[in-house]
Amino acid sequence: MAPPIPIMTDTERAQALDAELAVLGLTIEEGWREGVLTHVRMIGDAARLVLEFPLGDEIEAAPIFIP
Amino acid sequence: MIGFASSLVTGSATGIAAAVGAGTVTARAVIDAALGRIEALDPKVNAFTDVLASRARATSDAVDGKRLRGEPPGKLAGVPFAVKNLIDVAGLPTRAGSKINRESEPATQDAALVRRLEAAGAVLIGALNMGEYAYDFTGENVHDGPSRNPHALDHMSGGSSGGSGAAVAAGLVPLALGSDTNGSIRVPSALCGIFGLKPTFGRLTRAGSFPFVGSLDHLGPLARSVVDLAVAYDAMQGGDPAEPMTMLHVPELVLPLLDARTEGLRIAIAGGYFERQGEPEVFAAVERVARALDAKTTIELPEVARARAAAYVITAAEGAELHLGRLRARPGDFDPAVRDRLFAGATIPAAWVIRAQRFRRWFQQQVHKIFDAVDVILAPATPSRAPRIGQTTFAFDGKVLPVRPNLGIFTQPLSFIGLPVVLVPIWLDAGGLPMGVQIVAPPWHEARALQVARRLEREGIARAPVAKL
Repeated sequence: MAPPIPIMTDTERAQALDAELAVLGLTIEEGWREGVLTHVRMIGDAARLVLEFPLGDEIEAAPIFIP
Repeated sequence: MIGFASSLVTGSATGIAAAVGAGTVTARAVIDAALGRIEALDPKVNAFTDVLASRARATSDAVDGKRLRGEPPGKLAGVPFAVKNLIDVAGLPTRAGSKINRESEPATQDAALVRRLEAAGAVLIGALNMGEYAYDFTGENVHDGPSRNPHALDHMSGGSSGGSGAAVAAGLVPLALGSDTNGSIRVPSALCGIFGLKPTFGRLTRAGSFPFVGSLDHLGPLARSVVDLAVAYDAMQGGDPAEPMTMLHVPELVLPLLDARTEGLRIAIAGGYFERQGEPEVFAAVERVARALDAKTTIELPEVARARAAAYVITAAEGAELHLGRLRARPGDFDPAVRDRLFAGATIPAAWVIRAQRFRRWFQQQVHKIFDAVDVILAPATPSRAPRIGQTTFAFDGKVLPVRPNLGIFTQPLSFIGLPVVLVPIWLDAGGLPMGVQIVAPPWHEARALQVARRLEREGIARAPVAKL
């Protein structure tokens, strides 16, 4: 069984945000930072719920593509 | 003639089409009456961002010309309709509720669904307010102002198809189009007290509409009667090579099936997740509908909270990717409430999104098994009636939640797997605001959900009165 997914601290989350923004060439104003971080945390909470579910390897993704 | 035409505008789409088809009234008179009503009342509800008077008059004259030549003017002859402003209208920039996109080149042709409705005789009369880039459940818009709930002007219309809900509930048009990624047709329909149809994912072409989340976006109609929903839906069905997934299923015209008996259907109430995190009256609305349909069984869909979470993750990531260039170039021109979510969504790991898409497949398989045992599922639409405009939080079960993402907690898990849903408006008390109940059917069974909705309408359980303004 895989170890539990670690919960990021506020500092780690802020560092991760800065790193990803740099990768994408995005800049945010200081006044937006708290709002963006709130949403990063909310999306992370949602993702944790999904990631914690034991999904079989045979389950394929379900986006759309019709050749 | 003008008085009669005015009364038609606040009546049904099918009533207008019958009168125009019979020559009792001209399409031009109906359109003039609708334009007059919009001029008088839209300043109160702020549903329209564009009113297309010249175009609508020209189109209505063409409908009248057809009838005078003895040609059938169409099942929606002379019916004024309007579209959420993420749907292309020739000559207008498709603003999608944003400041940035309103500076883009005007659309060179109408969206496919607009063309199909006009081919059935309907008359496009304008474009409607919406939450920026459809990332919204409130109907608020920092650039164009909020669309207001016609039944209580200081309350939210719901979103993101807020103008669509407000225009129909105010009796400005009998029919509007909206989009629904996570609930954006069903939430405003519920809060404004009208009927709405979110068809099966892939049923109606989205060609010529500005996307939000390609793997979750749907388009559909909002109206004040189930028959009007059905007529509009039938006019819009059909494969479109511009969107290959619409070519997979043969259209099923629902109007001839609408009054079929529903007594033999196995109708169940969604339990568990759908019985928590809401005000008592939204669950009372579901109970009222269940009683009317003699539905006594409760079923529990598995892992609904995770399904909603997965939809949330996919929405955040896909929505953000779509706007990366605009976030880089003009971040200050976004609605701050949308901008912060998009920045956050841009930065999440790919593995989260792919896992959410894989979970989508799992959830779809489980829910399909449930539909082996039941034909229709009933669920609440929103956790509360319309919050006040500007309200940012509400509390359920002792937990304070932000309004903006959580108005859709009951709609989001169902659109996640593309199920067809008809939203029926329920009024529990005189003077109170409406709420909605979702009638959920298996994929490609819109007819079944519409039949149940029609029965509720026929029996007076669900109704969509025009707001007194």
